Amino acid sequence: MAISVLIPTPLRKFTNNEESVTAEPGTVASLVADLERQYPGISRSLLDDKGELRRFVNIYLNEEDIRFLEGKETPVNEGDSVSIVPAIAGG
Amino acid sequence: MAKVLGLRCRECGEEYPIAPVHVCELCFGPLEIMLNWEEITPRVSRASIEAGPSSMWRYWDLLPVEGPPTVGKNVGWTPLVKAENLGLELGLKNLYIKNDAVNHPTLSFKDRVVACALTKAREFGFKTVACASTGNLANSVSAHAAEGGFEAYVFIPHDLEQGKVLGTLVYGANVLSVTGNYDEVNRLCAEAGDKYGWAFVNINLRPFYGDGSKTFGYEIAEQLGWRAPDHVVVPCAGGSLISKIYKGLHELDRLGLIDGGVPTRMYAAQAKGCSPITTAIKTGAEVFRPQKPNTIAKSIAIGNPADGYVAMETVRKSGGWADDVTDEEVLDGIRLLGRTEGIFTETAGGVTVSVAKKLAEQGRFQPDEIVVIAITGNGLKTQEVVVGQLGHTIGIQPNLDALDRALATENLLASAAR
Repeated sequence: MAISVLIPTPLRKFTNNEESVTAEPGTVASLVADLERQYPGISRSLLDDKGELRRFVNIYLNEEDIRFLEGKETPVNEGDSVSIVPAIAGG
Repeated sequence: MAKVLGLRCRECGEEYPIAPVHVCELCFGPLEIMLNWEEITPRVSRASIEAGPSSMWRYWDLLPVEGPPTVGKNVGWTPLVKAENLGLELGLKNLYIKNDAVNHPTLSFKDRVVACALTKAREFGFKTVACASTGNLANSVSAHAAEGGFEAYVFIPHDLEQGKVLGTLVYGANVLSVTGNYDEVNRLCAEAGDKYGWAFVNINLRPFYGDGSKTFGYEIAEQLGWRAPDHVVVPCAGGSLISKIYKGLHELDRLGLIDGGVPTRMYAAQAKGCSPITTAIKTGAEVFRPQKPNTIAKSIAIGNPADGYVAMETVRKSGGWADDVTDEEVLDGIRLLGRTEGIFTETAGGVTVSVAKKLAEQGRFQPDEIVVIAITGNGLKTQEVVVGQLGHTIGIQPNLDALDRALATENLLASAAR
């Protein structure tokens, strides 16, 4: 079973407008690499020149922000779901 | 020519045409309005603004809408109160309260951003508006949707204050109470955002929404007699307001409308129970760490502020500072402002007043400098937190004997004798 990844609107041009795609288990970093293999160009929006996650990108593993977990090295296991979400203004 | 040329990413500079989009496709950075200064500059003067309506729309030329205001026509132009009594307590001779606790119609600064966003929503042709909110935005979107004839969907955390929930329902909005904190509400709305084709004021209309806050800064400068203050203390939640006040001051300066430039230093105020921005500033960190909020100041309890970096940069660039206060100090701040100035602010205002007091005690303001405290919301909406914290009523029978006895018991006879 693969990991389901929710794709936000700004990135759907890379995924043929698919809202949700699948990727291989591993870590958040390997998942982003897997997305890039499947959808060339997508990681440029997620990673900066040094390969770090861009500061306005939020990635959630199940319900949790990965910055509360192990960041890019957070393990992603079978059955997990991952969301990539842009930041939202206050309210 | 249009007033707005397009949108530009604040992070990487990529430009986009005017559309209901809010983040850069290249880097997820926030998009900002690019005003057409060549078009605007020749027609704006102090006189043209002063001849405008007594509302935020006197600055229409500088707001990102093309037509006349269609929603929220009476928003803004709130009092800038010279706070003599509070000034005495803080050792400041030129202390002011910019009092958006009495903003029309829903008693918070959010009416400014919503008036701007919904006027733009109509220009875009939307019929349905929505928001994720910690309460004040919910009130404002709901009220303005009623005024403008939009259908409204409002998403709030389930544990909001009653006043904020009722103050949303009364206008007939569809209110979705989400089991989770604001950051979780936010994530849901981000995911729901485009699915339904709604105008989410703080998502796909965010650039147009945010610029409404500039009017808070314009008004301060105009009300001070066309000059920028030396210091402004601002509560931070998502982190947008503080940068927009600063931007507003600089825009007036660019237009040559204010005397003495913009010496203004900006100060961020947060509650200790949710202080990602102030913590980063105080520790000199480049990156803020998101937090799980735990504070009574729910309206500013955003642990993962979208404009956190923008707020940090505004404070640093302006030479300001930041501080945070405990929930007990939040209550102290509410009581202090009420007791000294007769203004009842919500918890966020308690944060701002108490942080201003701390900053004054740290010697960050000279006694003669102009200091403005941004009061952005009304205490009647967050009454739960002050129940049992404000003294007590004195119960009596309706006769003079009872009154005499009560005054004696309460040791109030001295004042009764006067």
